[in-house]
Amino acid sequence: MKKALIALIPLAVFFSLIALLYINMGNHSEVLPSPLIGKPVPEFEHQTLYSKETLTQADFIGEPWLLNVFGSWCPSCQVEHPLVAALANTGKIKVVGLNWKDEEQDAKAWLQKWGDPYHEVLVDYEGDTAINLGVYGAPETFLIDAQGIIRYKIAGVLTSQIIRDELLPLIEEVSL
Amino acid sequence: MIKKISLLLMLIATPVWAIEVYDFETPEQEALYQQLAKDLRCLVCQNQNLADSEAGLAKDLKDQVAEFVMAGQDAETIKQYMIERYGDFVTYNPPMNLGTAFLWFSPLVVFLIGSLVLFLNIRRKQHD
Repeated sequence: MKKALIALIPLAVFFSLIALLYINMGNHSEVLPSPLIGKPVPEFEHQTLYSKETLTQADFIGEPWLLNVFGSWCPSCQVEHPLVAALANTGKIKVVGLNWKDEEQDAKAWLQKWGDPYHEVLVDYEGDTAINLGVYGAPETFLIDAQGIIRYKIAGVLTSQIIRDELLPLIEEVSL
Repeated sequence: MIKKISLLLMLIATPVWAIEVYDFETPEQEALYQQLAKDLRCLVCQNQNLADSEAGLAKDLKDQVAEFVMAGQDAETIKQYMIERYGDFVTYNPPMNLGTAFLWFSPLVVFLIGSLVLFLNIRRKQHD
């Protein structure tokens, strides 16, 4: 009897491994937790795409805002763009674009073609701020509260589900 | 014949190290840079290190590392800079903390289980 039980152990281990792998199958392992959540936005100083103003992180204090990292070279940015635009149009949150590793002409043409929902477009063609923000691919989106603290980050394409279930509740929370 | 020779040459050719264009002042700085580029993970292609990666972001991160090395920063400071931004995942040598404890200790646990099984088996054999 005891022997039979011991013989079952490898089988049990095998099935628990299968269960573990199955449960984790839906999770994207490429999505990394950001160590920046709960920390202030890194300091930056960027020109805006159109008005050529120089803005810093201090200019955004006082109101929560969404920072959307995008580039005209990035097909996934195109996919999420209508959702970003729809969110910006609700007026619930100020949406700022960070035009990452792009060319001015291309960025302008892209925004002309797909629409420009951004309150401001910051230009980061060297990629410095992107590194400070731990960006490892476009699109990425950060929710920053009125005090300039990063509250949420999503790496990858925004979906209506993510916006509804994760982003909007947080936006309401930081807008109180 | 020429075809065969060129095929043979291709077979024996080893990949040449990617040519880096940074002007380091000392060989120590260059060595430190090479070491860091090997220890840091490319975030885009996550199974490559920075040194091997041709991704745009990897290039930017290498530039950043080279800049720090030339400014005389030490390895620990530079790694900390990356970890602060990209998390423990960025280094191939993750620090020990609660989140990585399983990673560090699971081989030991497996080893102990194996030893226990071996010990029990030997003891039983001796009794028989």
